[in-house]
Amino acid sequence: MEILQGRTWKVGHNIDTDLIIPARYLNRYDAGFLASHCLEDIFPQLGESINPGDILVAGKNFGCGSSREHAPVALKSVGFSCIIAESYARIFYRNAINIGLPVIVAPEAARSINDHEMLEVDPAGGVIRSLTSGKTYRGELLPPFMLEILDSGGLVPHVAKKVGKKCAR
Amino acid sequence: MGMTITEKILAVHAGKEQVSPGELINARLDLVLANDITGPMVVKEFNKIGVERVFDQNKVVFIPDHFAPAKDIPSAQQCLEIKEFSRAQGLTHYYEVGRNGIEHCFLPEQGLVVPGDVVIGADSHTCTYGGLGAFSTGVGSTDLAVGMALGEIWFRVPESIKFVLKGKPKNKWVNGKDYILAIIGKIGVDGAQYKAMEFEGEAIEALSMDGRLTMANMAVEAGAKNGIIAPDEKTVEYVKERAQKPWQIYKSDPDAVYAGVIEIDVTGLEPQVAFPHLPSNTKPVSASTHIKIDQAVIGSCTNGRWEDLVTAARIINGRKIHPEVRAIVIPGTREIYLRAVREGLVEIFVEAGAVVSTPTCGPCLGGYMGILAKGERAVSTTNRNFIGRMGHPESEVYLAGPAVAAASAVLGRIGSPEEVE
Repeated sequence: MEILQGRTWKVGHNIDTDLIIPARYLNRYDAGFLASHCLEDIFPQLGESINPGDILVAGKNFGCGSSREHAPVALKSVGFSCIIAESYARIFYRNAINIGLPVIVAPEAARSINDHEMLEVDPAGGVIRSLTSGKTYRGELLPPFMLEILDSGGLVPHVAKKVGKKCAR
Repeated sequence: MGMTITEKILAVHAGKEQVSPGELINARLDLVLANDITGPMVVKEFNKIGVERVFDQNKVVFIPDHFAPAKDIPSAQQCLEIKEFSRAQGLTHYYEVGRNGIEHCFLPEQGLVVPGDVVIGADSHTCTYGGLGAFSTGVGSTDLAVGMALGEIWFRVPESIKFVLKGKPKNKWVNGKDYILAIIGKIGVDGAQYKAMEFEGEAIEALSMDGRLTMANMAVEAGAKNGIIAPDEKTVEYVKERAQKPWQIYKSDPDAVYAGVIEIDVTGLEPQVAFPHLPSNTKPVSASTHIKIDQAVIGSCTNGRWEDLVTAARIINGRKIHPEVRAIVIPGTREIYLRAVREGLVEIFVEAGAVVSTPTCGPCLGGYMGILAKGERAVSTTNRNFIGRMGHPESEVYLAGPAVAAASAVLGRIGSPEEVE
């Protein structure tokens, strides 16, 4: 996996999928539309101020709530290259990997890193380096098969390869 | 070494004698489920895999229940997409509006899920079927698409936490919703993260099937992968008149290993209310009587079952909904709705000034049919009270069981049934 670089956006504990993408927008599922409403109750101008590649840093239980894959799709489409959190809700974590959005469990990094720091992240090696503070943090390593899914660009291309058909993605 | 009920079901579906927590397995699926929000995304991902047909036309269920009957044109489009896919694939279990219900009320009622099943659904409350002794869990659309193509999916075998509910509540209005709210209040919204919640004890044995489904339904609100209750005679009674397929009963071994055992004495438990904005912010109803409300909702996959409507009707019968309150009652399925019509419950609700709707998830997730304006407050039998869950980000949702919701609808503020009687 490539090394990611971006500026941080920090949020707190228990950020739920309703906050990431409210249900009032779930009558559509195209990625661009979802991105335009991503986290809008927290960062109303997110779409205009994010730089592609930026990194979301969250507290405990990020992505709790519904199974809507619209949530990681919105985060990825709006421009986040990865998420660093103290912990994740189970379904969100799995959904993020499945759509090819790296999610890193790194409690110390998630607690210490501030808003607007510049980070360099190696998702495969679990290494997070702040170019702002100079500090380096270790995140949990992803199991090899999850890295394979991320490297394939998500679960569907990964499975499509296995069933021997060409993936349309 | 002994296994928990969750481990046993997963082992059998993985073709193994034994599984242990943390182990990664591929498990055979007995049923996969999606709705009009997650379904169109499932179809889109399924079409990319390169498989022509779903793994089994009898094991894929599509139910339009969230924004259906369609609230607007984009919703109608989503409903159409799952209907067309179901038709093109020749699915046995596509159910049109008017003949279906809220998915997690409908599937157990129709005997589409049975004890011992492994079920995934593109909806977080798929964990409901643990009330029947099945392993069921919510997944995203991509996982569902892959499960629908291959008939199997990978799982990490979860550790289990055992919750032993002791005693018999003195308060006759205390029910499954109060138990699960009390548990979530105790362990927090990530208290069972990645784990199985297994419920047992005297209070669970005394609980109806409706109450058990309510408890398993909210396991995800504690971060759990699944909630589960071992089948007993009540379960068999419920299942045998509905099951569309054979079932298998599993129970935990006496020497099964748990990540923790939590004992709760429910004898003195009061009806519970979860304050905004987390299901874990629970208080007894007696500490909640100062909250004025604008709306009361009785329904959803958590509390839209027959027993829930009967409870609400007992309290509302012969009384009026408070003049400043909108009360919305939503039977969970067509069958429940029809029974509520035939047995006079609908008349009680409408006479009192409540709205009675066809089955829908609408208000629970702020979809339609009961959206809250800025500053409005609702008491609701639904499952989440996150910021903006039911409408405006500055509105508030208080979660409770049907007894408290019905009493509050009459009082105009959160209150207990005893205050109305």
